[in-house]
Amino acid sequence: MLKLYTCILCPNGCEIRAEVGEDGQPAAIAGHRCPRGEAYVRQEICAPLRNIASSVLVEGGELPLCSVRLTSPIPKARIFDMMRLIHAARVPAPVELGQVLIPNALGLGCDVIATRNVGEG
Amino acid sequence: MTQTDKDVIIIGGGPAGLAAAVKLHELGVRDILILEREHALGGILRQCIHDGFGLTRFSQTLTGPEYAQRFIDAAAEQGIAYMLDTTVLRMSAAHAVTAASRKGLHRFNARAIILAMGCRERTRGALSIPGARPTGIYTAGVAQSYINLQNTMVGKNAVILGSGDIGMIMARRLTLEGARVSAVFELQPYPSGLPRNVEQCLYDYDIPLYLRHTVTNILGDARLQAVEVSEVGEDLRPLPGTQRLYPCDTLILSVGLIPENELALDAGVLLDAHTGGAVVDESYQTTVPGIFAAGNVLHVHDLVDFVSLEAERMAEAVKRYLAGEQAKPAIAVSAGRDVAYALPQHISGARDALLTFRPRRPLRDATLRVLQDGQAILTKRFPRMLPAQMEQALLPAAALKSHNPVEVVIGDA
Repeated sequence: MLKLYTCILCPNGCEIRAEVGEDGQPAAIAGHRCPRGEAYVRQEICAPLRNIASSVLVEGGELPLCSVRLTSPIPKARIFDMMRLIHAARVPAPVELGQVLIPNALGLGCDVIATRNVGEG
Repeated sequence: MTQTDKDVIIIGGGPAGLAAAVKLHELGVRDILILEREHALGGILRQCIHDGFGLTRFSQTLTGPEYAQRFIDAAAEQGIAYMLDTTVLRMSAAHAVTAASRKGLHRFNARAIILAMGCRERTRGALSIPGARPTGIYTAGVAQSYINLQNTMVGKNAVILGSGDIGMIMARRLTLEGARVSAVFELQPYPSGLPRNVEQCLYDYDIPLYLRHTVTNILGDARLQAVEVSEVGEDLRPLPGTQRLYPCDTLILSVGLIPENELALDAGVLLDAHTGGAVVDESYQTTVPGIFAAGNVLHVHDLVDFVSLEAERMAEAVKRYLAGEQAKPAIAVSAGRDVAYALPQHISGARDALLTFRPRRPLRDATLRVLQDGQAILTKRFPRMLPAQMEQALLPAAALKSHNPVEVVIGDA
């Protein structure tokens, strides 16, 4: 079966066509401008992954929030579980860019890290 | 009032201003000052907490705050001077800049001025949407600031008008934060943001995108209760009889960005009717000698990477200007068939020029042609072109045949 994908890895947004066999495995992939696009579509067919960005509440900070992201993408189906974990978290100021706020989040092997500095308020 | 002389005054400490400052310092221009009206450097990137920035400039994907911090750190390392909470009130063609802060009025005389003020959002007023005036209507950037910087949720049940990138990113953000986003409506027959955002911000969360639709009425008393949405025809006008009511407490507008150029007008800088930014040459010099512009104040970019790169190229030109190079705008550049706009609007012909343009409509197997004296002096093929995506092509000085005007046109297959 022919399936169409829009690669989300870079702003080019390549339109990629994939021939998916009856076993659910990709056969032929075309339309990507770089190897990352092909890898993206293979992953997308088998088990889609996404990174998410959000914010964690900061206690005693110059700002109420510290923006965060994951160090690696997680299964799409776990996004809202991850959001619940991020919502429940509280971190004391100061927070430094790159600081691990939640290690091995949901046991998925990725960390939730700060994407900005938040000084003490 | 304080009075200070500077080599370069940079108005705006966002991505364009920071990249220009860091580059100027690298080039040996040290007597520079950034004037920033907010309480922190970084501009709009401070609230763009999603990732996807930096692939072109840094070969890795970063969130907005991380991207900004790279330039803030570089500027700090170089010891670049900046003033926060400082608003420029006036700028003259003779390079006098008047700014206000809590400490009072400041007057600067600069050898060169860099405009890096970015852009602002179009509002409901600009669209003339009829109906009530309840709370619950936000531009996408304002909603983004509430949620990402001020920890204030804007609503529970949202509808989004306009498929600009920030609107789609806010659709995802609201969904992640527990709100329901029932639909995104776009007036045009194609999305106005990037395809990757349609995919990862809307389709990933089953948010429908309705093209050729617009909001035609707003209902509610104190708080928004519903919007009426209509289909539009070929002429983009609402089709009578197609109205549908969407109950919601929040309407997010992502309907365009406008370069923030009131100061530029003050100084007599000529603006381009299509970009809303200054008319510039290949050195990013405006029609007022010694006043330069780059980033969203010049034309609205879809990616910060290109803002930084543009500001860095401009910084090189500012350095040449300070060294005594005179601008000789000789060749007019115009946007022709299927080209929404092309920058720069005129070139000297003395050096290679990076042309930046957008197509008027989505095109496949498109060919960009730069015409002079009836001949194509540059041809570049593009498998796909979208109005959402800025494109560039280098026009070598050697390709120019004369000093006659050039026209940028696009043809499809």
